[in-house]
Amino acid sequence: MRNVFASELTAIALTDGRIVLLSGDIGNRLFDEFKKHFPKRFYNCGVAEANMMSMAAGMALCGMRPITYTITPFATIRCLEQIKIDVCYHNLPVVIVGIGSGLSYAELGATHQSCDDIAFLRAVPNMTVICPCDSYEVKMALRKAVQYNGPVYIRLGKKGEPVIHKDDPDFNIGKGITITQGTDVCILSTGTIMPVVLRAGEELKKKNISTEIVSYHTVKPLDVDILGRVFSKFKVVVTVEEHSVVGGFGSSIAEWFVKQEKIKARLLNIGVSDEFFYDARDQDYARRCYGLTPEAIAEKIRGYYGKDSA
Amino acid sequence: MDIIEFKRIANLIRKKLVVMSHQAGAAHLGSSLSCVDILVSAYWGALNINPKDTGWVKRDRFILSKGHAAATLYAVLSYKGFFPEELLEKYAKHGCCLPEHPAPKCIPGLEAATGSLGHGLSLGLGMVLAGRIQQQSYRVYVVISDGECNEGSVWEAAMFAPAQKMDNLIAIVDYNKWQATGRSNEIMALAPLRQKWEAFGWSVYEIDGHDMDALTKVLKNVPDGTGKPIVVIAHTVKGKGVSFMEDDNNWHYRIPKEEEVNNALKELGQL
Repeated sequence: MRNVFASELTAIALTDGRIVLLSGDIGNRLFDEFKKHFPKRFYNCGVAEANMMSMAAGMALCGMRPITYTITPFATIRCLEQIKIDVCYHNLPVVIVGIGSGLSYAELGATHQSCDDIAFLRAVPNMTVICPCDSYEVKMALRKAVQYNGPVYIRLGKKGEPVIHKDDPDFNIGKGITITQGTDVCILSTGTIMPVVLRAGEELKKKNISTEIVSYHTVKPLDVDILGRVFSKFKVVVTVEEHSVVGGFGSSIAEWFVKQEKIKARLLNIGVSDEFFYDARDQDYARRCYGLTPEAIAEKIRGYYGKDSA
Repeated sequence: MDIIEFKRIANLIRKKLVVMSHQAGAAHLGSSLSCVDILVSAYWGALNINPKDTGWVKRDRFILSKGHAAATLYAVLSYKGFFPEELLEKYAKHGCCLPEHPAPKCIPGLEAATGSLGHGLSLGLGMVLAGRIQQQSYRVYVVISDGECNEGSVWEAAMFAPAQKMDNLIAIVDYNKWQATGRSNEIMALAPLRQKWEAFGWSVYEIDGHDMDALTKVLKNVPDGTGKPIVVIAHTVKGKGVSFMEDDNNWHYRIPKEEEVNNALKELGQL
């Protein structure tokens, strides 16, 4: 994801002189091409995220379109107040990019994991939250974000994630993309957990449960059109995210859900439970611990759906 | 520059601030009075601005990072001609656009919303960098408080600006020796303040923050030829101008009663 991000940003900056990239002392060599083309539009801001975020706001107040880039916890909650006051209160076009989201850096410890960033950022007014599921969505999200007249947070994985789309999808902020059609259960998934969700769909198919899977890349604002449709069509709607079940994507759907009067469908939220991950183990292991594997997700859905059928 | 005129304006603003605090029941009068001379020197003596064209790209930028002194900024902008004085009557009142800490674009001429300390200097740095990319040579002025120097983000900005040789940036520390609940040199080891800024790579001026002649000379001389960002350590008196408020930290939060307003106006009227 990060390589696509860097190359797409360089391409965008060629035609948009307002783009300026602020890095929090990471991305060694990643932005060489960007720096070569635009030496005056790249700043390594050091390990000083609060200053970086406020500077981005100051630049945006003067007509620039800054993109801030660092590891997710430092890009987000480390400087949350700067995001809230300087970026969002002023409603400025700053694109905040977090790399290594969720459990991507599980082995680095809880300092580098981010299973709370969606919760914090979506609570701030004016903020848009996008979690692309693959490199195609990264590219499209970035294109749309730099044109958007307000703050946008883009939540990235790291590198080497499987590709979901075959080509540039019809991507619009706040509009989910249906990946597979189905008839029994709908899974709304956000971010890099999508490949796992697709395999969970295959597992369910073996059990004769047909799933519709949606890439719900924009957590905020909600795509209420899709919600209206899937909660009418399916008896069970499931959310899956590599983020805490507290305050994240599933919670945002639950907030919408409790306000609906006529909907009979039931909602199941799957995500990271409300506890730190202490082990020095990688993302796959961490996902297994939290039940974020195709088998575990399929099993949970099957149990829930079975209960519904009964 | 007419120093007598500057003093007349500063005095007018001080009187207004006392009345505004009383009428609105709004705190931070001591903090507001302490930075009046700094703002008057900047707005009447140094800033390249046009109240009739607030979006002028080449204008100098001014940020009041100590946003709790918003009343001073509102009064200054009004007397400078950015908006009618009548609006000041509504300061901090229900349904008015002038909150106790400045909100984004709440009035013409306001460059940035502030109030949470430790943000304004970094906002200013961003404005400097934007100007550099856009090949504009405007200057950026940021007023911070001594209590604000408690915030770590101030020192992030203090390290970054010299690295980028931001010589068109000037920070003014309103050094009134108090913060909300105590002496700023006792709560944190603020001293030696001059040496701290020098060690961070700034061009430092230490002056009487109520000497508008000295203030104007420094504020006009940006860049100053050193190639460094500039910081003015302005020694001020909290509550300046009203004898029974001067250096009395109760006036950080206290609201003047009617009799106190009258006494203050009487004193200020004599100046």
